[in-house]
Amino acid sequence: MKMLIAIIKPFKLDAVREALADIGVQGMTVTEVRGFGRQKGHTELYRGAEYTVDLLPKIKLEVALAPDMVDRAVDAIAKSAKTGQIGDGKIFVYDLDQTVRIRTGESGVEAV
Amino acid sequence: MNTFSRNSALITLTLLPCAAIANDGINTGDTAWMLTSIALVLFMTLPGLALFYGGLVRAKNVLSVLMQCFAITCIVSLMWVIGLYSLTFAPGGPFIGGLSKVFMAGITPESTSGTVPEVVFSMFQLTFAVITPALVVGGFAERMKFSAMLLFSVLWSIAVYAPVCHWVWAADGWLFTRGLIDFAGGTVVHITAGTAALVAAIVLRPRSGYGHTPMMPHNLTMTVTGAGMLWVGWFGFNGGSALAANGHAGMAIMVTHVSAAAGAISWSVMELVKYKKASVLGIVTGMVAGLGTITPAAGVVGPGGALLIGLIAGYVCFNATHILKRKLLIDDSLDVFPVHGVGGIIGTLMAGIFASGALGVFSGKGYAEGMNLTSQLGVQALGVVSVAAYTVVVTYVLLKLVQKLVGLRVNAEREYAGLDTSEHNERGYDLGTL
Repeated sequence: MKMLIAIIKPFKLDAVREALADIGVQGMTVTEVRGFGRQKGHTELYRGAEYTVDLLPKIKLEVALAPDMVDRAVDAIAKSAKTGQIGDGKIFVYDLDQTVRIRTGESGVEAV
Repeated sequence: MNTFSRNSALITLTLLPCAAIANDGINTGDTAWMLTSIALVLFMTLPGLALFYGGLVRAKNVLSVLMQCFAITCIVSLMWVIGLYSLTFAPGGPFIGGLSKVFMAGITPESTSGTVPEVVFSMFQLTFAVITPALVVGGFAERMKFSAMLLFSVLWSIAVYAPVCHWVWAADGWLFTRGLIDFAGGTVVHITAGTAALVAAIVLRPRSGYGHTPMMPHNLTMTVTGAGMLWVGWFGFNGGSALAANGHAGMAIMVTHVSAAAGAISWSVMELVKYKKASVLGIVTGMVAGLGTITPAAGVVGPGGALLIGLIAGYVCFNATHILKRKLLIDDSLDVFPVHGVGGIIGTLMAGIFASGALGVFSGKGYAEGMNLTSQLGVQALGVVSVAAYTVVVTYVLLKLVQKLVGLRVNAEREYAGLDTSEHNERGYDLGTL
């Protein structure tokens, strides 16, 4: 099993969720986060006081996947979250040791 | 205002035999308008100014600013009844009033001031005494101890507001007798509050992290709400200063409105030229600059003059804000000096110009007998310089005194945590927690 973590632009969330649903992904966890990469922050001006906002709002997606789904999911996210502009985000893939569905007690790939 | 306008109102009324004057000399129309104005001007402080300022600070300090405005309202109101009204308006000398009206002594519902009951006049003036120290809060926001703020506001109301108000608006005040035009408080309210905030900002030193930590306004929606209340309330502030329900009050409201709109547009245009974008905070700040600047002039200028005054207010106050913040690096946190102080100064001077009856469409009502452009401008400059200088010196001394007695600033840890929790054991928002 793999855990896939994607950092994406907030306005791309709907597109990514739909793309993942289309390939059969059953669930995900979404968090609003802030961070920075190559994309510079932006400046805000208040009565002449200029503030640089370094940490930009992003969305963090966490998806647990069966091994055979990983490539398709990475591909779906990479396509649907892409704008071609700097700041589109990143996808990380981790090994996932165990998964348990609390309601039924199922574990492993069955529970993903 | 006061005697000058009051006399002109009386003259007008004596020329109109049918005027509705009650048999005891009280005009019910005037009184009704003044009662309305009392509510409008108190509304400027609570909640207008409180919300305007509250939105401009960081979330961790929002309650402290609301609290400061609220507490000042309460304490100055009590002081007004106890002795401040007497020190300000009871007959005295050229520099301070007497003590004959302490605890409103001798003032009954039948006592009159011009064509309105004296108690109505006193309540109207009370609302001015409240908003002036509340304006100063912006200079030391986000770092001053609550106890120090209270003590300072009490002392400042006695040592700065009361004497200056007496100089300018009491019949025996030395600036009043020289013919200073300050219709509704360019010197009394805006120059005193603005320069006091500047001195406080310098004495307290900048907020920790000023210049390298972002200190963005936490809720501009709140600020715009408060700004709208200030605009409406200002109709009572300036329109009420006619002390009568007549065309002078109507004209004061029109020029106030024109200047507010012109100041807002002017500030926005400056932003568009300089930054390519017009901001919401910019347009409301320009509006306040237009309002503060027209205040001393509202009873003597016409709509054409008000248009120019508003446009100049936006331009000058915009630049003053930038100079203070970017060149002088003074942390007058909510820009009280560049908006109110500078606005009050240029407004008081421009009142001396646009009062002239010889400026075509930009004419005002004309100078008082024996005055001309030069002599009036001289008096206006004297008023500006004396009020500003007196305020700077006395405010500095009072701050040093308060520093000795209770200390001025919270410590760095409390400042970081925010005044809401460290000074009041509360927080303004509890969102996002389960």
